[in-house]
Amino acid sequence: MQTNPQSELAPAQNGKYAIQTNNLAIYYGDFRAVKEVNLNIEPRRITAIIGPSGCGKTTVLRAFNRMNELIPSVRTEGEVIFGGRNIYEREVDPVEVRRRIGMVFQKPNPFPKSIFENIAWGARINGFKGNMNQLVEDTLKSAALWDEVNDKLEQSGLSLSGGQQQRLCIARAIAVKPDIILMDEPCSALDPIATLRIEELMRDLAKEYTIIIVTHNMQQAARVSDYTAFFSLSEDGKRSGMLMEYGDTKTMFTNPKQKLTEDYITGRFG
Amino acid sequence: MTNQTQSSENTFSFRQIDLRRRGRTRETIIQGFLFLCGFLSIFVTFGIIYELGKESLLFFGNQQWSSTNKPLAAAIDDQQTAFEIGTQGTAIQEEAVYRIENEVIFVETVAGTQVTAQRGYQESLAAAHREGLTLETELRPGLQEFFTGTEWAPQNGKFGILPLLNATLIVSGIAILVAVPLGLATAIYLSEYASNRARNVLKPLLEILAGVPTVVYGFFALTFMTPLLRSMLGNDVVNIYNMASAGIVIGILILPFVSTVSEDALSAVPRSLREAALSLGATKFETAVRVVVPAAFSGIAAAVILAASRAIGETMIVAIASGAGPNFTFNPFQAAETMTGHIVRISGGDMSYNSIDYNSIFAVGLMLFIMTLALNIFSQRIVRRFREIYE
Amino acid sequence: MSTLRKRREFIESEQQLAARHTKGKIWLAAFQIALLVGVLVLVVLLLTIINTSFGYSAVENEVDPENLAVNGVPLEELPQEALVEILTQNISAGLFARFESEQPVAERPAEELYDLIQEHVISPQVKESWNLVDSLTRRGEILAVIETKYPEAELKFFSWVNWDFVRSQQSSHPEIAGIRTAILGSVWTIAIAIFFSLPVGIAAAIYLQEYAPDNFINRVIQTNINNLAGVPSIIYGILGLAIFVRAFGFFTSGIAFGAADPSTANGRTIVSAGLTLGILVLPLVIINAQEAIKAVPNSLREAGFGLGATRWQTVWSHVLPNALPGVLTGSILAVSRAIGETAPLIVIGASTFIQVDPGGPFSKFTTLPAQIYQWTVRPQGAFHNIAAAASLVLLVLLLALNATAILLRNRYSRRY
Repeated sequence: MQTNPQSELAPAQNGKYAIQTNNLAIYYGDFRAVKEVNLNIEPRRITAIIGPSGCGKTTVLRAFNRMNELIPSVRTEGEVIFGGRNIYEREVDPVEVRRRIGMVFQKPNPFPKSIFENIAWGARINGFKGNMNQLVEDTLKSAALWDEVNDKLEQSGLSLSGGQQQRLCIARAIAVKPDIILMDEPCSALDPIATLRIEELMRDLAKEYTIIIVTHNMQQAARVSDYTAFFSLSEDGKRSGMLMEYGDTKTMFTNPKQKLTEDYITGRFG
Repeated sequence: MTNQTQSSENTFSFRQIDLRRRGRTRETIIQGFLFLCGFLSIFVTFGIIYELGKESLLFFGNQQWSSTNKPLAAAIDDQQTAFEIGTQGTAIQEEAVYRIENEVIFVETVAGTQVTAQRGYQESLAAAHREGLTLETELRPGLQEFFTGTEWAPQNGKFGILPLLNATLIVSGIAILVAVPLGLATAIYLSEYASNRARNVLKPLLEILAGVPTVVYGFFALTFMTPLLRSMLGNDVVNIYNMASAGIVIGILILPFVSTVSEDALSAVPRSLREAALSLGATKFETAVRVVVPAAFSGIAAAVILAASRAIGETMIVAIASGAGPNFTFNPFQAAETMTGHIVRISGGDMSYNSIDYNSIFAVGLMLFIMTLALNIFSQRIVRRFREIYE
Repeated sequence: MSTLRKRREFIESEQQLAARHTKGKIWLAAFQIALLVGVLVLVVLLLTIINTSFGYSAVENEVDPENLAVNGVPLEELPQEALVEILTQNISAGLFARFESEQPVAERPAEELYDLIQEHVISPQVKESWNLVDSLTRRGEILAVIETKYPEAELKFFSWVNWDFVRSQQSSHPEIAGIRTAILGSVWTIAIAIFFSLPVGIAAAIYLQEYAPDNFINRVIQTNINNLAGVPSIIYGILGLAIFVRAFGFFTSGIAFGAADPSTANGRTIVSAGLTLGILVLPLVIINAQEAIKAVPNSLREAGFGLGATRWQTVWSHVLPNALPGVLTGSILAVSRAIGETAPLIVIGASTFIQVDPGGPFSKFTTLPAQIYQWTVRPQGAFHNIAAAASLVLLVLLLALNATAILLRNRYSRRY
């Protein structure tokens, strides 16, 4: 049983975390995919979740905005604390949770609507009453896409390149003013140039939003994140995913505390 | 290219590698036969178009005769221009063309039972005719009258298809009004909300609904739906034969079709689209109705159009429940005959091959064929034009 | 803190969120109700048919069958000679002569004589019939009605669907009419339809999927087939009428083969009906077979070609066996469709009243759905009962057929 790897770290701001998990465990049917996850995410920082395939990184990420519930056999135990309460409590509305904790997916999935509509839709259903044109312009600027698309806002979102589509999805996510943005391997379907642009975008966004990113690419984690959480499979024979180590990225990558972490980072396995 | 390869591992010895093509007659024959079978379908289509077209051509603009049941009161020779006619049958008009046996005559005046006429009209031979032969009236159906006339009674020279067309449209309209909302709602529920288990039970049930033969639906319309309507709205409002009954039951007939095809279209929308919407904080309903349904729009539109085409072509339900006789009315609770019902009624009885009624079937049939073909082609166009690209 | 965060216009109140949820729930209920309506209709349909297939009837006999008993032996058990006697004594001379001309009365089997006596001597007439629900709940009322309106009649409980119903031939008396002729007609016509459409359809599908290059003519053929599948069935009836009944009447009536039906030699025969149905289901067979062949994985074909097999060898030995279950299911579906078709057959000329079983492909015919139609449109109440009974038989038949198709599909799809 490992102690909470975060106990030595001082919180970045007033002792308030953006989101925390408390002994989080997730089951697919009888199979325990993830166990004993205790994670405290610093607000307005980029936290990267890394680890080998199959250790539950995406599952943990999706637990933050209750997207796992879309799969019928999933069961969640433990707590995820956001806004002062456990978001898995019965009184909590998952719809509201998902507005406040947005998500960008691995493969860009813009709506088959116009660029303008892609961004306006989310805002509109959530009751946005202000100037929509301004909102679209602002979010597209924040997503570093405005210059490229401002003259073709009525064109379909699918007419953009892969990298542009992903930035559109990011714009769409921030249009509903979330507090946290979850990113599930957002660059894995993109070419290196597009990847770099998204990484630049992430650094910009981190000034306002908390970002949690799952990535397979360790160099990316090293480049982009402030904090890193390393997951791997448990040694108890049941192969559940577990948090092995957590720390600020610089330290993790130069001086990891655990041998497992070091092995993974230096590429000896994974 | 010639190689002598003999190694111990080879089981084949190549005297000469000959890569030339070999004629394979058996293959070619088989392929030819298969092609013919495929080509047969074109024959069928041509057959339909040819037959309907040819007979319709015979129908329009061709001189045809229909008996007036008006007999000659006494025998006449080949010279008489004035003769007597009997009292039965339809009245003889003045200044009109008639025919007795093979002779065409032009009736000039009619006074009671006395008729004066030109003999040997239109280059026919004047001849003697015995007493009791009936006069035949000339019928010349025209295209303009076909499309604008409001009465359909070929025997009497009335060739307006509007009563039949109107009834078809009203019945199909009611059917669509019933089937589309129910079918679409069912499809949305099955594709977006229902659990796998529920879907596995409910889908086969709907398929059973689709498998009931139309004649049984017709029976149902007559023995259940009509009495139901009559008890709900009153016996004097709803006729025993009425278009509404037939329309509602046709709607039930095509409901599974709308639902299945729409559900396929909805299921084809990739899951990532739903996840994108949900992750923005949309409710399930908002996701379903404002993202998934618009994305599947082309498939759903095609389903509706095809359903309309089926409703228009439906025969037995209207033949049983809707009424036996053309009637131009907009009141759905009245009896009226549709195009399909008319064809069935006319051909179900005994009729001679050259009567005006027989020929009129083809004209009506051609109209029906063109309408359904246009709808089918339109639906295919819609799918192609608006096929959403998700990837 | 950024200004974006603090925009007030984007704060959604709790009420608004609740309203969105309520709206979602209301619509969900609406969707479920729609589904329920569909299921409900099916149930109501079945109940209506069952309801009309059973019930009390007030039956009046011309001659009381008990009076026909000889020496205390009831009518059903009399030997053939006695039946001949009874028949001869109780019918008019003209009618007897007619029977004699069709087949000498003395040579007919006992069951047939019994049926004839039933129809022409006893001549039961249903004065009024009630459906199942009424029969079970208002028995007393019904008895009272019979007393007053039909004093001569007796109350009988009819299960209009029974074995006799299936066995007997057509009759103008609904009480003793049966669907034997109709069922045989259906079987004959479907057999001819299948015999024609299955081989041709499957061959066409093989051509389209395995051989046809993507050129103009083949695309036309494909579009053509898709369109044909959507043509209303009555158009096929008109086509059949014009071509098989009229143009080829010489052949389809059997005159060409010297086998024509003596009473009416025209093209309105089983052959015409079968061929028309065959053309009707042809597009369906082709499309279904195409789907089955499309589903065969390409790796199978590549394996065959890689060994130097010709295309036909690959198709015959690998593709077809693999596609066979799907093709089979598709064929059964086509048969189901053909069984229920009514309109085209009426246009072709299904007979309104035949009592003789179809003797061959050139006979007059009627089919089960055509019979149902003809009974439904008769005004007398009892005909509705037998129409319902016949519908029940038809539905059971279709259910069995479709269940077989589903079973076959499940059994074979488990292989992969």
